[in-house]
Amino acid sequence: MSLPVSSVSLRSVVCLIDRFPALTDVNLEVSEGEVVLLSGGNGAGKTTLLRLIAGLVPAFSGEVIVLGKNLRINCRAHRDEVALVAHETGCYDELTVRENLYFFTRSRSQPTSVADDALDQLGLGRLADTLHGKLSAGQRRRLSIAKALAVSPRLLLLDEPHAGLDADGREILDEVLRDAAAKGRTVILASHEIDRSRALADREIELQSGKTLPVPAGETEPVKPVEA
Amino acid sequence: MNLIQEASLMAGKDLRIEARSRVTIRQIIPFGLITLVLFAFALDPDRGILARVAPGLFWITILLALLLAISRAYSIESANGASDALRLSGLDPSAIFLGKAAAIAVELALLEVVLTVGVIVLFNVSVASVGFLILAALVATIGLASIGTLYGVLASGLRVRETLVPVLLLPVAAPILLGATRAWEIGIDGSISDGWPWIGILFVSTLLFTAIGMLSFGSLLEES
Repeated sequence: MSLPVSSVSLRSVVCLIDRFPALTDVNLEVSEGEVVLLSGGNGAGKTTLLRLIAGLVPAFSGEVIVLGKNLRINCRAHRDEVALVAHETGCYDELTVRENLYFFTRSRSQPTSVADDALDQLGLGRLADTLHGKLSAGQRRRLSIAKALAVSPRLLLLDEPHAGLDADGREILDEVLRDAAAKGRTVILASHEIDRSRALADREIELQSGKTLPVPAGETEPVKPVEA
Repeated sequence: MNLIQEASLMAGKDLRIEARSRVTIRQIIPFGLITLVLFAFALDPDRGILARVAPGLFWITILLALLLAISRAYSIESANGASDALRLSGLDPSAIFLGKAAAIAVELALLEVVLTVGVIVLFNVSVASVGFLILAALVATIGLASIGTLYGVLASGLRVRETLVPVLLLPVAAPILLGATRAWEIGIDGSISDGWPWIGILFVSTLLFTAIGMLSFGSLLEES
C-alpha cells in the first residue's frame, strides 16, 4: 500500500503574535488532496495557523513544511502554489472586480480566462466592471473566493469563507469546495459553520488555545513527506 | 513573466489606481504649487534672489511632495489586507519594488512638468539648456522614487509611518537633492561642462539606491 503524500506537515509549532502565544503546540499532517476542517472557538489560533501555512508569519519555532518546502528556510518558496481566502479580500477599492482578478491572475502567470471562469463560478459576472469599493460584504467574500480560484492553487486555505455569504453564496461555496476536492487540491478550511463544513471535509482537526488536540491512535493514515 | 513584465504589471496597477483616485492631480500637484507660491511671497521683495534660489526651492518642493506620494503608495497596500495579498501574489519582490518606484517616478515627473512652468512664471527664470535640465531631472526623479519606495516599505507596518518616513528619508536624499539642485543651476546658466560631475553623482546615487532597494525589498516587505 502506498503512503499518502504530505501536503502540510507541522511539528511542535509555537508562534507568538505581539508577544501573545497565538499557537502554543501545533502538530498537523495534511495529505495531498485532503479537505480538512479546522474547528475551534474564537481565539483558538485558526487564523494564525492558516496565515502560518501561507507563509505570512515569518517568526515561529518548530518545523513547518508546506508542499515540500521548509518555511523556516524560505517562507516564500511555496507561495506560487497557495491561495488564502482571508477575512479581507486583499483587493484594491479603485480597481474593478475584473481588474483585481486579472492583476492577481497575471501575477501568477495564469491566463486571464481562469479569472473569467472564477468570476462565472462565483456568480460575479454581472459585477465584473464594478469597483471593489462599491461591493457589499457578501459580494466581497465571493470575490475573495474567486481570487483564490483564479490562481489555480495546489493548496487552498479558507478562513471563515461562509461569513457574509447568502444562501445562494453558500451553495456556490460548497460546489467550489467539492470541485477543488475533485481536482485533487488540498483544502484547509477554518469555519464556525461546523455541520455544513463537516459534510464537505474528509476529517476535522480541533484547535484549542493554540494547540491541536491529540488525535486518537488509529484514526489517521500515516503520511509521507515529499522531497524538499 | 520576467522581471520587467512583473514590474510593468505592478506599475500599471498603481498608475491605474492613481488615475481613478486622482490624488496626484487633486492633492500633490496643488500642494507643490502652493509651496512654490509661498516661497515666492516670502522672497518677493528681491526677484533676483528668487531666480538664483529657484533650483533649490524647486527640488525641496519635489522632495516634500515625494513624502505625500510615498504615503499614498503604501496606504493603498494597507487597505483591505492588500499587503498580504501582494506578498502571496507570486510577484518577485524586486519587481514589486521597481513597479512601485516607476509609478512614483511617473507621478513625480508629472508634478515636475507643472512646477517647472510655475518656476519659470513665478520666479522669472529663463532656461539656457533644456536638455541638460531634463537629463538631471530624469535621473534625480528615478533616484528619489527609489529612495521613497525603499523607505516607504521600511516604515509601512508602523503606526508612526507618516512621521517616521520624513525623518529617515530626508537625510538620505541629500546627495540627490544637492546633485539635482547644482545640475539645475548649471542647466539654467548654460555652462554645461561644469555640470557633468553632478550628473555623475546623481547617476551613482540612483544606481546605488535602486540596487539596495531591489536586494532588500523582499525582506522589508515580509516584515511590514
